[in-house]
Amino acid sequence: MSMIIAESLTKQFSRESRPAVDAVSFTVEPGELIVLLGPSGCGKTTLLKMINRLYEPTGGTLLIDGVDARSLPVTQLRRRIGYAIQQTGLFPHLRVEQNIAVVPQLLGWARPRIEARTNELLDLVGLPCDFRGRYPHQLSGGQQQRVGLARALAADPAIMLMDEPFGALDAITRSRLQDELLGIQRKLHKTILFVTHDIEEALRLADRIIVMNDGRIAQFDTPLAILTCPSNRFVEQLTGANDVLRRLSLLTVAAALGHGRRSAAAAGAVADLPPLRPQDDLRFALTQLLGAGESSLPVIDDGREVGQLTLADLRAILPQTIAAVGASQDGCNVAGAAPQT
Amino acid sequence: MFELFRTSYAYYLANQDRFWMELGRHVVLSGSALAISLIVCIPLGIWAARHPASAQYVINAVGALRLIPSLAILFLALPYLGTGFGPALIALTILALPPVLINVYAGILGVERAVVEAAQAMGMTARQQLLQIELPLALPAIIAGVRTATVEVVSSATLAAFIGGGGLGIFVTRGFALFEPRIMLVGAIPVAVLALICELILGLLERWASPHRQGRAS
Ligand SMILES: Nc1ncnc2c1ncn2[C@@H]1O[C@H](COP(=O)(O)OP(=O)(O)OP(=O)(O)O)[C@@H](O)[C@H]1O
Ligand SMILES: [Mg+2]
Repeated sequence: MSMIIAESLTKQFSRESRPAVDAVSFTVEPGELIVLLGPSGCGKTTLLKMINRLYEPTGGTLLIDGVDARSLPVTQLRRRIGYAIQQTGLFPHLRVEQNIAVVPQLLGWARPRIEARTNELLDLVGLPCDFRGRYPHQLSGGQQQRVGLARALAADPAIMLMDEPFGALDAITRSRLQDELLGIQRKLHKTILFVTHDIEEALRLADRIIVMNDGRIAQFDTPLAILTCPSNRFVEQLTGANDVLRRLSLLTVAAALGHGRRSAAAAGAVADLPPLRPQDDLRFALTQLLGAGESSLPVIDDGREVGQLTLADLRAILPQTIAAVGASQDGCNVAGAAPQT
Repeated sequence: MFELFRTSYAYYLANQDRFWMELGRHVVLSGSALAISLIVCIPLGIWAARHPASAQYVINAVGALRLIPSLAILFLALPYLGTGFGPALIALTILALPPVLINVYAGILGVERAVVEAAQAMGMTARQQLLQIELPLALPAIIAGVRTATVEVVSSATLAAFIGGGGLGIFVTRGFALFEPRIMLVGAIPVAVLALICELILGLLERWASPHRQGRAS
């Protein structure tokens, strides 16, 4: 069963001329990580807050796990949906462990169970155990975000809503937390709605991306399809679909292997060249190729050479993606694209 | 000067029963005024913080009460309310209301929006939000308001004697009438000490209520 089904979901704030979210429909499957991407003011936060009813929709319907969200008592609905935001919203007068324990306590868990869960979560988000007694202001921004994430995960909700949770962090901390979120996602298979206006973050995290503009969905598709087949100029500009490197970063070595015509010279591989792995992305592969000053590099899988990646391979795979940009939808079947869920 | 204190002390020794009775009355009078102001201001302040648009008028009106000198409030009570404990209590309560109300209001409004929203998003009921999040976070501000009010009320309660409300002010008025500074001091010094003690205790309480602020730079 689909996890979240929105149909013509609308939010019209009083005294606003246009709806902030305008008749939006989409379906999210269990275990998907969906990124909401769009410029400031396009309605991402509003859409997110309608899911846990911090904002009541003024139109349309919302099914969560098959149940109309309006039919549940609102507090009960919210205790089953994790929520993490950029400002963290950590309770400043509560210690780390008390912050994490809020929802389990609301649900009436027994003390030992909460205790065990807190330890588990601190470990999961990579915080040392002796942080549990600290107050939020005694933590760095990145550590606060980790606590916010642990708090959102505390009662093991099936759905997580995250509103620019890493927006205020430096690039290194952000990418570390992105990695950890992906790790957690692989382990726990949450259904996640993640808001950002950072395209790189979206491409990195998303199974599928909802691109929003002016309260509407401009496109809802996989990262690769969004880059290679933007549905209109807005999506194209927002995502920088013309950016060759960005596109290469979404394709793997495995997908490009053997695309170009094999030249004889490519066969003689030299042992000290940096090898590539099939799962490396092509942006990395190009950097390696240029760095080595060679026209081809060996691709090694499990210690066995499975082929040679050549510049010709890269050149061969690019036209497919470039041709697709701005072209009709049928041009949009690209090798290496993740299967659509 | 030392002679003055000595004779004051002698007067106290000679009138111990009366002194302790008036001290008790002073404390009861001040304490009641503060208690009533808390009972009124906590719900009113919470309501005001929930409806800042319409509450503005209430807050401003109560704030304006502060501009009236305490002596004037006490003497204004005289023609309308008569004399005795009751009128003195009402006058002192009026004195205590503004600082308490304004601090409850500001304390609740001062809770960060993201924090309240997080509490909501966690699935807390309105009551849980108030009791577990908003009031604890507003507590230091509320105690600061009570502290201001307490010092004001304890010292102003001295004036209650003028309208027959009793308290340590009795010795001040009596000393004044008899041109005897030593008697005035028997009232004045304990009032100052009492105010100081209250200030200290509430200061400690305020620190205790904000563990999360200790060591914060700002
Ligand atoms: N509580 C509210 N009352 C009235 N209007 C609102 C409210 N919240 C949002 N809006 C309006 O709705 C529109 C969408 O806002 P929203 O916060 O959803 O944007 P966003 O996509 O999250 O932007 P950002 O990236 O800046 O966070 C904006 O025009 C905003 O002014
Ligand atoms: Mg937003």
